[in-house]
Amino acid sequence: MTPFDIAIASLLLMLSPVILAPCCAKSRQLTIHLSFMITAAASLGVVIAGFLAVRCSINTSAIVLMGLPDLPFHLRLDPLAGFFLCVIGLLTFFVSIYSIGYVQGFAANRSIVRFVVFYSIFIAGMLLVVLADDAFFFLVAWELMAASSYFLVMYEDEKGENRRAANLYLLVAHIGAIAILLSFGVMAGLADGFETFQGYTFDSMRATVYPATWATAAFLLSLFGFAAKAGVIPLHVWLPEAHPVAPSNVSALMSGVMLKTAIYGMVRITFDFLKVFPWWWGGVVLVLGLVSAVLGVLYALMQHDLKRLLAYHSVENIGIILIGLGLSMIFTSFHLPVLAALALIAALYHTLNHAIFKGLLFMGAGAVLHATHERNMEEMGGLIHRMPWTSALFLIGCVSIAALPPFNGFVSEWLTFQAFLLSPSLHRPILSLLIPLGAALLALTGALAAACFVKAFGVTFLGHWRGHHPLQRVHEVDWYMRIGMLLSALTCFALGILPTFVIAWMDPLAQQMTGGRLAASAGARGWMWLTPIAAQRASYSGFNVFIGIMAVVLIAWLLLHRTKAAVHRVPIWDCGFEKINPRMQYTATSFSMPIRRIFGFLFKIREETHAVQPVRHTAYPEKLQYRLRVRDRFWFWFYQPIEDAAYFMARKVGNLQQGRIQVYLIYSFVTVIVLLAFLG
Amino acid sequence: MTAYSVVMEASQVLILLFAAPAFAGWVKTVKCRMQGRTYAGIFQPYRDIAKLFSKEVILAENASWIFRATPYIVFGVTVMIGGIIPLVCIDLPFAATADVIALVMLFAIIRFFTALAGMDIGTAFGGMGSSREMTIASLAEPAMLMAIFTVSLAANSTSLTEMVRVMGHGAFILRPSLAFALLAYIMVHLTETGRVPVDNPATHLELTMIHEAMVLEYSGRHLALIEWAGMMKLFIFSSLGIAVFCPWGIAASGDVFGMLLGALLLAVKLGLLGLILVLIETGLAKMRLFRLTEYLGSAFLLATLGMLSFFILE
Repeated sequence: MTPFDIAIASLLLMLSPVILAPCCAKSRQLTIHLSFMITAAASLGVVIAGFLAVRCSINTSAIVLMGLPDLPFHLRLDPLAGFFLCVIGLLTFFVSIYSIGYVQGFAANRSIVRFVVFYSIFIAGMLLVVLADDAFFFLVAWELMAASSYFLVMYEDEKGENRRAANLYLLVAHIGAIAILLSFGVMAGLADGFETFQGYTFDSMRATVYPATWATAAFLLSLFGFAAKAGVIPLHVWLPEAHPVAPSNVSALMSGVMLKTAIYGMVRITFDFLKVFPWWWGGVVLVLGLVSAVLGVLYALMQHDLKRLLAYHSVENIGIILIGLGLSMIFTSFHLPVLAALALIAALYHTLNHAIFKGLLFMGAGAVLHATHERNMEEMGGLIHRMPWTSALFLIGCVSIAALPPFNGFVSEWLTFQAFLLSPSLHRPILSLLIPLGAALLALTGALAAACFVKAFGVTFLGHWRGHHPLQRVHEVDWYMRIGMLLSALTCFALGILPTFVIAWMDPLAQQMTGGRLAASAGARGWMWLTPIAAQRASYSGFNVFIGIMAVVLIAWLLLHRTKAAVHRVPIWDCGFEKINPRMQYTATSFSMPIRRIFGFLFKIREETHAVQPVRHTAYPEKLQYRLRVRDRFWFWFYQPIEDAAYFMARKVGNLQQGRIQVYLIYSFVTVIVLLAFLG
Repeated sequence: MTAYSVVMEASQVLILLFAAPAFAGWVKTVKCRMQGRTYAGIFQPYRDIAKLFSKEVILAENASWIFRATPYIVFGVTVMIGGIIPLVCIDLPFAATADVIALVMLFAIIRFFTALAGMDIGTAFGGMGSSREMTIASLAEPAMLMAIFTVSLAANSTSLTEMVRVMGHGAFILRPSLAFALLAYIMVHLTETGRVPVDNPATHLELTMIHEAMVLEYSGRHLALIEWAGMMKLFIFSSLGIAVFCPWGIAASGDVFGMLLGALLLAVKLGLLGLILVLIETGLAKMRLFRLTEYLGSAFLLATLGMLSFFILE
C-alpha cells in the first residue's frame, strides 16, 4: 500500500460515519463510540500517510472521474500536502478520542447524528483541501469545510449569540473564498492549456511563468482570501466570535487545524505556483504577521472569557507563523535558499506546534466548561483542587504556548528568532529597519503571551473559587477526555525535546519549496543538539535543559525532604482583617489592568464606576458597581462603516417596496419599456 | 565528556552557589555604608539562608502543588542557567545547551512559576505582585533580548561562548551599537533583579512591592530556596553582563592558571559592578509603577536603536 492509498482509504473511512451514524441513531452511546472511534482510526491513517509522504518525498497524483463533464477532480500527495495531513491527522486523532467523553455530556438532548455527520464532513473537507490538485476541487473542498464548520458553530442554535457568530463567520469565509476564486482565475487564465480546459489544474499553474503584474494580482487576491480564513488582523473579527460559541472539540479543530489550511494555501500558491517574486511580497506578509502577533496577544490579554482569550491567541500564533513565512519569502527573493529553508521550517514547525498546544488548550477549556458550565474566568478559581488532571495538562499547554523551554512552542519561536538574526544585510533600507523592529515585536509578543497565560491559568485554576454555585458540583472529567489531552500534552513535550528529528523529517519539504536543506547542519552534533546553521552560531538542547532542571530539582528535593518533617498547614494569613473572602482576589480584569493602561490607546475602552443606593454617606456607599467594556478598534474602523453603508443601502432599496400592486405593475411596465428600448 | 570538564562544570556551579550570597552581601554592605547605616558584613546572607533552612514551613490550607513545587523549579532553573554562562572559562561542556535567547526564556520560566505561585493562595497581595511582575517583564524581556541581539549580531552568533570569544579574544572594535545595548542592559538588569528604581528588595510596603508580594506567603526552606535563587539571579545577571560587554579575562581554555586569573578578575569586576549598582540605587528614588512604562520603554528603544545602528552603520 502506498501512502497515497492509505490517505484515500483513511479519507473514505473518515466519511463512513456520515452513513453509519444515522443507521445506529437509536443508541446514543453506540453512535458516539462508534463514530469517534472511526474518525480517530482514520486520523491515525492520515498521520501515517502524511508522515511517509514527507519522509520518502513522495509525489503521487490521481484523477477522480467526478465533478463536471471534462473537468475531472485531481488529487496529489506531495511532501507539502503530507506535512499538512500530518498536522490535521494528529490533532483530529486526539480530539476524536476526547470527543467520546465530551459529546456525551455536552449534547444533552440535541441530535447526536447531526453533530457526528458534520464533524466527519468537516475533517474530510480539510483533508481534501490539502489533497486537491486543481482549483475547482480545491474550492469545492474549501466550501465543504466552511459550510460544515458553519453548522458545527451553529450546533447550539437556540442561542442568539451563536447564530450571530455563525453568520458572521459564513460571511467572512465567503468573502475570502471569492478572493481565492479570483486569484485562481487570474492564474488559470494565464496558464498553459486554458483553451483546452486544462488551465484549472495545479499542474499547469505550476508550469506557467507569470508576468509580474498578474502574479502580483494573483498573490494579493490569494493573500486576502487566505488571510480572511486564517484570521489575520484586520480580517480577524469572526474568529473571537465563532470559536468561543462552537462546541469545544470543534473549537480545538477550527483553531488548531482549520486556520492552518489557509497557511497551506499561502505556501502552495507563493512557493509552488508563483515561485518568483519580489521581496516586498515577503515584506507585506511579515508586516501582517507582526501586526497580528502583537495586537492578537494584546486583545487576548483583555479577555475574561477563557475560550475567547484562546481564540485571540490563535490570531497571535497565525501572526508568528506569517512572520516566518514572510522571512522565508524575503530570503527566497534574495536567493538565499538555506535561510529560506530555515525560516520556512520555523513557520511550519510553529504550524504543527500551534495545532497541538492550541488543541490541548481548547480541550482543557472544554473540560472546564464541561465541569463548571462557565466560560467566564471571573466565575472560576481554585479548580486545581477539583480537577488535578485537567489543570496539570492545561498547564503544559500554557507553558508550551508561552514559549518556555523545554516545550515545543519555544523551539519554533527560537528558530524564528534565528532566522531574524541570521539575516545578513539585505541592502534594502526598509528591510534594515523592518528586521530589527520585527525581532523586537516578536520578543514583545512572547513576553505578553507569558503574561496572558499566567492570567489564564492563575485565575481559572488557582486561588479560591469565585463562582456563584457551590464548588462541590465541579468534578474531574472522564478518562476519554483526559487521554485526549494527555496525548497532546505528551506530543507537546516530545516536539520540544526532539526537534532534530522533526527537522530531519521536514527536510524534503524545505527542499521542495525553497531548494535549501537544513537537516545536515541542524543535526550535525547528534540528535540532542539543535544547531540550525552551525554549532558556533547557535545551539539549543531541549533534552539537556529538561534533564538539567530535573536533576537539580531532584537533588534539592531529596536533600531537603530527608531531613525535614511534614509541613504545617494553617489558615491564610489575613493581616488580622478576619473577613477575607474570595472576591478580594485578583481577577482576570484586575490582573491585566496595568497592561490595559499601558496599551490603552489600542482599544476602545469604556470604564464606569458608580455608587448604588442606599448611600448612608457620600463617602461610604453601600455598594460600588464597576463596568468595563474593552472593544476591538478594528470593528469601528473597518466593519462598522461597511455595516452602516449596507444598512443604509438596504433602507434606500426598501423604499421601492411600496406594498401596493399598482406600484409593482408600474415597475414591471417600466422594465419592459426599458428592455424594449435597448433591444430596439 | 571528560572527567576534567565535569570537574570544571561542577566547580562553576559551586562558585555560583557559594559566591552568590557573598555578592548579595557585598552589595548590601556597600549600600549600608553609602547610606550611613550600620552593616552586618558580607556574610549575613549565608546566615539568613541557614536560618531559613532550619525553620519549619508554614503553608496556607489551600496551597496546591504549584505553590510547593515552585521553589524547587525556581532553584533548579537558576542553577541550570548558572551552569551555562561562562563565568571564568568559556570552554564549558554544558554551554551549548542554551544560547542567549534560550537563556532569556529560562529566566522566563522562573518568572512564570513565581507568578503562578503568587496567585495560588488567593490573597490580594500575591495577585498584585504577579500582575505587576508580568507587566514589567513583558516590557523588560524584549528590551533584554534586543540588547543581547545587538551583541550577537556583532559577534555573528547567539552562542554565549562564541560571543565571549569574539568580544574578548578577537580584535577590539569600538561599536556605537554596543553602547546603546549596554545602557539598555543596565536598565533591564535593575528591573529583572528587582532593584531601585523599579522595585525595592528591602521593602514590604504594599504600594511598592512587586517581587516580594509574590513570595510573601513563603516560609522555611521554600523561602530559603527562593531567596538563594534570587541572590544567584543577581549574580548571574551581573556576570552575564560582564561576559557580554566586558569579557576580558575570561579564560579561553581550561588551564588552571587562566581560570584562577579569570576568577580573580571576575571578583574584581563584580566588586566594581556592585559599587555601580549601589550608586544607582542610592542616587535614584523608586519610581511609580506607571512611570516604569517610560523607563522600560526607553530601555527598549535604546536597545532597538542599538540594533538599528548595527544594521545601518556596520
